[in-house]
Amino acid sequence: MSTSTLEKQAVRTRRPRRTEGSRRSNLFVYAIAAVVVAVTLGPVLYGVLSGFRTNTDLSRNPSGWPEVFTLANYTNILTGDRFWGYAFNSTMIALITTAIVVVTGIMAAYPLARYQFRLREPLYMVFVLGLLFPVAVAVIPLFIMITNDLGWGDTWWGVALPQAAFALPTTVIIMRPFLAALPKELEEAALIDGASRIGFFWRILLPLSGPGMVTVGVLAFVGSWNAYLLPLLLLRDDTMKTLPLGVADFSTRYASDMVGIFAYTSLAMIPALVFFLALQNRIVNGLQGAVKG
Amino acid sequence: MADEAPARSGGTASTATPIPTEAAGSAHALPAAPARAGRRGTRPGLRKGLEIAFFVTPALVVFFGFVIWPVGKAIQYSMYNWKGYGPMVDFVGLKNFVYVLGSEVFQAALVHNLVIIVASIVIQLPLGLALALLLNRKIRGRNLLRTIVFVPYVLAEVVAGVIWRQMLQADYGLLETIFNFVGIPTPQQGFIGDPDFALGAVMVVLTWKYLGLAVVLFLAGLSGVPEELNEAAQIDGATWWQIQRGITLPLLGPTVRLWGFLSMIGSIQVFDMVWILTRGGPAESTATMATFLYGFGVDRNLIGVASAASVVLFVIALIFALTYQRFILRNDLRGTDLAAPGKGRKR
Repeated sequence: MSTSTLEKQAVRTRRPRRTEGSRRSNLFVYAIAAVVVAVTLGPVLYGVLSGFRTNTDLSRNPSGWPEVFTLANYTNILTGDRFWGYAFNSTMIALITTAIVVVTGIMAAYPLARYQFRLREPLYMVFVLGLLFPVAVAVIPLFIMITNDLGWGDTWWGVALPQAAFALPTTVIIMRPFLAALPKELEEAALIDGASRIGFFWRILLPLSGPGMVTVGVLAFVGSWNAYLLPLLLLRDDTMKTLPLGVADFSTRYASDMVGIFAYTSLAMIPALVFFLALQNRIVNGLQGAVKG
Repeated sequence: MADEAPARSGGTASTATPIPTEAAGSAHALPAAPARAGRRGTRPGLRKGLEIAFFVTPALVVFFGFVIWPVGKAIQYSMYNWKGYGPMVDFVGLKNFVYVLGSEVFQAALVHNLVIIVASIVIQLPLGLALALLLNRKIRGRNLLRTIVFVPYVLAEVVAGVIWRQMLQADYGLLETIFNFVGIPTPQQGFIGDPDFALGAVMVVLTWKYLGLAVVLFLAGLSGVPEELNEAAQIDGATWWQIQRGITLPLLGPTVRLWGFLSMIGSIQVFDMVWILTRGGPAESTATMATFLYGFGVDRNLIGVASAASVVLFVIALIFALTYQRFILRNDLRGTDLAAPGKGRKR
């Protein structure tokens, strides 16, 4: 894309103040926006639309409008026995992952945010350095440890625990400033009223940290829902597989069923998209809070 | 970027937080411990230690058990010739490392990772900045646009990868049809079937998927730029372009550098998208370090070699991160969470 060159032209036509020139440059902005929308949503919409076609129709004219609209591809998948099992496994693993991350992450962030002790910064650095530990590095030992040593292969917990562990750094890093920003007066008042620090945590801090919890929870949930590498190694039994594994399996097993594959991917992306659209302001605000300098 | 990038996935969309928080050094002047604390029969210091331990232990156990311990095990495995079952007795020292570093496939994979790191930044930074600056203007439907831009990032790598793989097919692929219609010749084997084009195709898909994250992060950074600065500059007769160059972009510096860091870490460990699109092929032309170690560890059961590759990946990630922090993030981190302990103290 040649946005940058277009941008230069636009700048030249721009006047210093908001005058007649701004209408022209606004048109230019809308044109760019239209291109961005087309490129971004194009593949997604193409996939959804192709899911309504037949294979002969698609192969005859891949870039054309569907000649026939059929629901068969979608209904076949939804009435098949596998799809719902995959979706259920994905949901359970994502829920367990999120629960572990939110509970342990907030508990850990609390002393790191509001206690004074000598090991605080080194302890915090341990979590921050966790950002640098790629899953790929640990994946082979995790496979051996969980499948052979612990016997947790093909279980929800076996996937959720390592996923939660790798999501912890992010969680602690987002929650710490959030908890630290709650006013000191609250804590002082609670302590003067005779609450212990633990009581303060349960009765005051947790109820107030809802927004932060939602942000880290959503990130953990979507991350788990979309994960591929760890489940690929740890879930071998078809009844335990998650949706991404199901999509990948389907697309290799029925490689010739182009429209079926498109229908499958379209169905698989619905939950993450719905979830994201419902909570997108939370996510963006969380990111904003994290980025604002 | 990849996977959990940040996540993770790639990447994860996680962000380290450059907020000058109170946590970074300033003392929380807590009231003198109420006299009541003594009544419980424990010394206040001990009690505080126990409380801290109570709160931090669960996270530390999970973190050490499933992150630090496996990485340690990888280092141990990397010195053995081992198939993953039976006793681990065949100690070979650094032989696996010699093999990995001498392997042409691994060297190529490392080069591909570097290409992805550089290309991600060179392509996404200008595009992301341009889009963020455009979307930051008061236009109708701005919020809708922000949502749309972020959609690819929310899709699973597998879902995005499979859709793109279908579109890149040689015979029925949408892109091939479009290119041929316009009259641009396409490779015989399709874009992801031709070693000369495959890495470029993967890069296009990665850009499509992760550009949204850059835009959203930059927009978040832009929202922190005070409106008054723009107004003042406008009154002084600055053009829109001068305002962007003189005020907005410099203030966006920390956000951009942070995004660069996340993007880099994600690119080093890219796996999912490549595996779905090409399995590292054709002819290893899209292999990355992560697909290399997966192939050796899972397909061939050579745990020692795979672990050596993962240790190399880890060391490279660490070197990159430390270098980046040393030379690029240095000034941003002062007084923030990521600064080395002791450096972030407020005056």
